[in-house]
Amino acid sequence: MMAHDASPQAGAPTFLNGGGAAALLAAGIGSFLLPVFAILGDQSAFFKALFIFWKPTGPLSGVTTCAIAAWLVAWLILHRAWRGRDVAIGRASTAALVLLLFGLLLTFPPIADLF
Amino acid sequence: MEFTVRSLFTMIHGMGFGALYLMACSGALVELHRRYRSPLCPETTIADEKFLRIYLTVMAVLAWLTVLSGAYIIYPWYRAVPPPGLANLARFPQRLLMSSPSTIGWHSIGMEWKEHVAWLVPIAITMAAAVVSRNGRNLRNQPQLRSAVLAFVWISLLAAGIAGFFGAMINKHAPVEGGTTIHLMEGGQR
Repeated sequence: MMAHDASPQAGAPTFLNGGGAAALLAAGIGSFLLPVFAILGDQSAFFKALFIFWKPTGPLSGVTTCAIAAWLVAWLILHRAWRGRDVAIGRASTAALVLLLFGLLLTFPPIADLF
Repeated sequence: MEFTVRSLFTMIHGMGFGALYLMACSGALVELHRRYRSPLCPETTIADEKFLRIYLTVMAVLAWLTVLSGAYIIYPWYRAVPPPGLANLARFPQRLLMSSPSTIGWHSIGMEWKEHVAWLVPIAITMAAAVVSRNGRNLRNQPQLRSAVLAFVWISLLAAGIAGFFGAMINKHAPVEGGTTIHLMEGGQR
């Protein structure tokens, strides 16, 4: 488990990083899901049609709306789970950065087209 | 001197919101490094904290305005489909780029990358604004959280730079034009 309860005893951290870690990891998840949804919309006619939330913008409207919604839901869930706690911030930030870097790479069309 | 309503909105999107974000991002990175990394930086005051909170929040607003205006105002004009048989594609930038092997890459690589990578920016900077606002000076004692937030802001600068570069180049090769023409002033021969 990544999170543990903050102890009120002496020596316990006065700054609880759970809220920050939740925001960080959720941003990583959102950044990763955005190109994943874009690839789905690009490779599958079903998802392409599904992602057309607003016709003038096409599938981009659904791809970005779904990614933003997923990011905010992940943030809400993680925040509720980790607020008032001190979490293993090293693991959370590493996971967030890896997700962000994968997200960045997957937005590059020649890489996205590999899938 | 004149320009069209569509090119005005494109300028507001790119040179207004987008370019302003890029400049603001450089300033934010300098301030975040100075504040949290530099051993020479004195203890921050409440006014400093408030300033940084407002600065990052304004950046987040700029990022959202950039992607939303891009996706819901400019992009529909960019990807508009011409009627069959139309020879002059000047009002249809995507089709104009795709009509020539020398420009198709600006769409297939440039726009395809730009339209997605730009959305990483508001996600990253909204998170950074939220974390800095909630934790403020406590970030000094959280090096891993602080470094991760800084990395997200750096990536947001990179992503905004990619989107800005391709936006400028695409608009150079196939400008978004149309709508009412706005006359600025008459020019004379000099």
